[in-house]
Order: sequence, then C-alpha cells, then structure tokens
Amino acid sequence: MKTCLVVDDSSVIRKVARRILESLDFKIVEAEDGEQALDACRQQLPEAILLDWNMPKMDGYEFLRMLRRMPGGDKPKVVFCTTENDVAHIARALHAGANEYIMKPFDKEIVEAKFQEVGLI
Amino acid sequence: MTPEDFDYLRKMLRERSGLVLSVDKQYLAESRLLPLARRHGFASVGELVAQLKMPSCTLATEVVDAMTTNETFFFRDKIPFELLRDSVMPALLAARSHTKRVRIWCTAASTGQEPYSIAMTLREMGARLAGFQVDILATDLVVGALDRARNGLYTQFEVQRGLPIQLLIKYFTKVGEMWQIAPELRAMVQFRPLNLLYDFSTLGLFDLVFCRNVLIYFDQSTKVSVLDRIARQMPDDGFLILGAAETVVGLTEAFTPHPDKRGLYRPSNAGAPARLGAPKLAVRA
Repeated sequence: MKTCLVVDDSSVIRKVARRILESLDFKIVEAEDGEQALDACRQQLPEAILLDWNMPKMDGYEFLRMLRRMPGGDKPKVVFCTTENDVAHIARALHAGANEYIMKPFDKEIVEAKFQEVGLI
Repeated sequence: MTPEDFDYLRKMLRERSGLVLSVDKQYLAESRLLPLARRHGFASVGELVAQLKMPSCTLATEVVDAMTTNETFFFRDKIPFELLRDSVMPALLAARSHTKRVRIWCTAASTGQEPYSIAMTLREMGARLAGFQVDILATDLVVGALDRARNGLYTQFEVQRGLPIQLLIKYFTKVGEMWQIAPELRAMVQFRPLNLLYDFSTLGLFDLVFCRNVLIYFDQSTKVSVLDRIARQMPDDGFLILGAAETVVGLTEAFTPHPDKRGLYRPSNAGAPARLGAPKLAVRA
C-alpha cells in the first residue's frame, strides 16, 4: 500500500482528502503545514504528497523546494492542491518540482485523474 | 408520461439519432426532458411529447440534444492518444511522404475535448510533422455541443479531467473563471454538425477516424451500417480507433482488429499496409 502525505492547514480539507485517498487504497499521513510535512518526510518519505500552497509557518512552495533538496527528496510525486489557480502559480510550482496540480475545489474524480497522470495509480 | 408517450419518444429518438433507449429507461427520459419541458412552458414531459406529435412542432432537435450523452474529457482513456503519437502518425507520415497531407475525422466530437486532444498530441510531436498539412474534422449530432467546442472555453473542472497540467499552461489561457484553448489549436480543427445515420460520403477520405463511445448507443444494424460506411471513407492503409467498450468483431468484416493494439483497427482490404515502425505492428494484408 502506498503512503500519501496530506499537507493542508484545514482539517476539513485533510478529512476530505483522506476519505478520497483511502478509497483509492492509500495509507494517509497528515501534516498541518510545511514544517510538520518536512518532519514527516525526514522520518519516512511517502510515495505521494498532496500539498496545499498557503499555510502558516512554512507554505507549500517553500516545503517543496526543501523537499527536493533532501536526500531521496526527488522520489515522492507531489501534487499541489490549492486555491491558487492562475498560470503564474502553476508555472512556479512546476518549476520547483511539482508533478501535478489540482485547483480547488476538487472531488474524487479529479484526484484520481491527477494521481493516474503521475503514475501513482 | 404514459407508456404510449414513451414508446413514441423511443421511436422518434431512434429514427432521428440512432439512439436506442431501452424500455427500462423511462426515468432517464423523464429526468433529462423535464428541464426542457419546463423551459418551453409545459407542466410535464407528457405535455412535451404531446407537442412533439404535432406536425408543426420544432422541438425534436432539442429533445434529441437533451437525450444525447455528451460525456467527454481531455485525453479520455489515454491509450488512443498514445497510439496516435507512437503508431498511427509515424505510419501515416511515412505513407504520406509524397502528398504531405493527413486527414483525421473525429466522428463524435461533443464539446471538443477529443479533437483538441488530437490537436495537442500532434503539436507535441513537433518537428516530426514539419511540412505536413494535418486536417482535423470534428463532427457531432448536437449543435449546441459544437458551439461550445468552437469557443474552446472550458470550466476549471473540465480542464482537470485528463489534461496534464503542463499542457494546460502551454495551450490554455485563463479567461475569467474559464480556460480557453489557444487560437492556433482552435484553427487546427473544423467543427461541423453531422448525423451518422445519414450519408457522409461527401466528406471525402480520411486516413484516421476516431469513432469512440458513440456506437454503444446504436442498435446492431446501425453499428454495422455506420462502420461499413466509415470503411468506404478510408484508404486501404487507414486507421480506425474505437472506444474501449466497442469492437468490430461480430459486426462487420470491413475492419480487422490490430493484433497487438487494443482499440485500433485497419480496413480489411488493406492491400498495401502502411509502413509501421515496429515489425510487430505489421498488419495482415
């Protein structure tokens, strides 16, 4: 079973994402911000990361840049999941090493399609 | 709606669009036609059907449109577009090296996601298409769907179904809350209303025909008729791509399934198969 780290400061979003991803057979680890997410990655790198952009302490963009510099940090497939839905943000995310990008609001169909796109399903 | 009304509706849909509505689908007709009935001031679907029976009624097209499934998304099923890029186009580019022209027909284009996925696939092939003219004709029964297709405007939800994010930012522009496909891609596709039940021999020959997820709505004899007439619009070394749940097997001998590539078919009378890249792709002559 693959592990997905869900990083979002909203407990509601984390709950929705967990429900969707568990139905797609993922084991879920949660983090509320970039710092917690980095701690989780230092303990064990997940196969997938569903990542919000705007969060307190450390945002998703900064987390991604640090993750990609960690040993083995190039391995997890990172799918941004954010309300930032303009070309400039998407381009920045891809440049920083994101594999896919979900624009909120999302549903199971979109998450499934994006995870398929990057070979996680 | 009475059982008699439903029978009348089923017959009308079959005659006009080929759509086969089974007897247990009355709920579907009710749910899809009630908004249309209300829009035209009828209290029920039964009243709408009563109006349809009048010789002067002009609502039949709207009823067919409402009953037709327009479900589609970008790069649906993925494999057909990989076939297009890796097998079909390389073979056609080699076979058409003198004419430098390839014609593609998308028979059930709906709101445009399939023909634009074809256009994006071709664009991504880059220099390999240099010097070639590739025409994409996209047809559909539903005029309203084609209007949307021509505009090339899609919701945030639609551009997140099947479309890789790199292609979204490469080929689309954000217009308010919508995303619009680039003018150069819109220019690659010609949209045109067409009913597959009627003669389409004037369209000319096509090297590749996408006929996906439309045959499933037809009865056996309509499927055979459509496939046989498509075969007549193709050169011997052409290609046909059907939907994942569709086949020619048991329907017609006009096409032969490709031995290795699911969903890909060649005209059976292919005397001189196009030169395909890998030997295992060679088709039966």
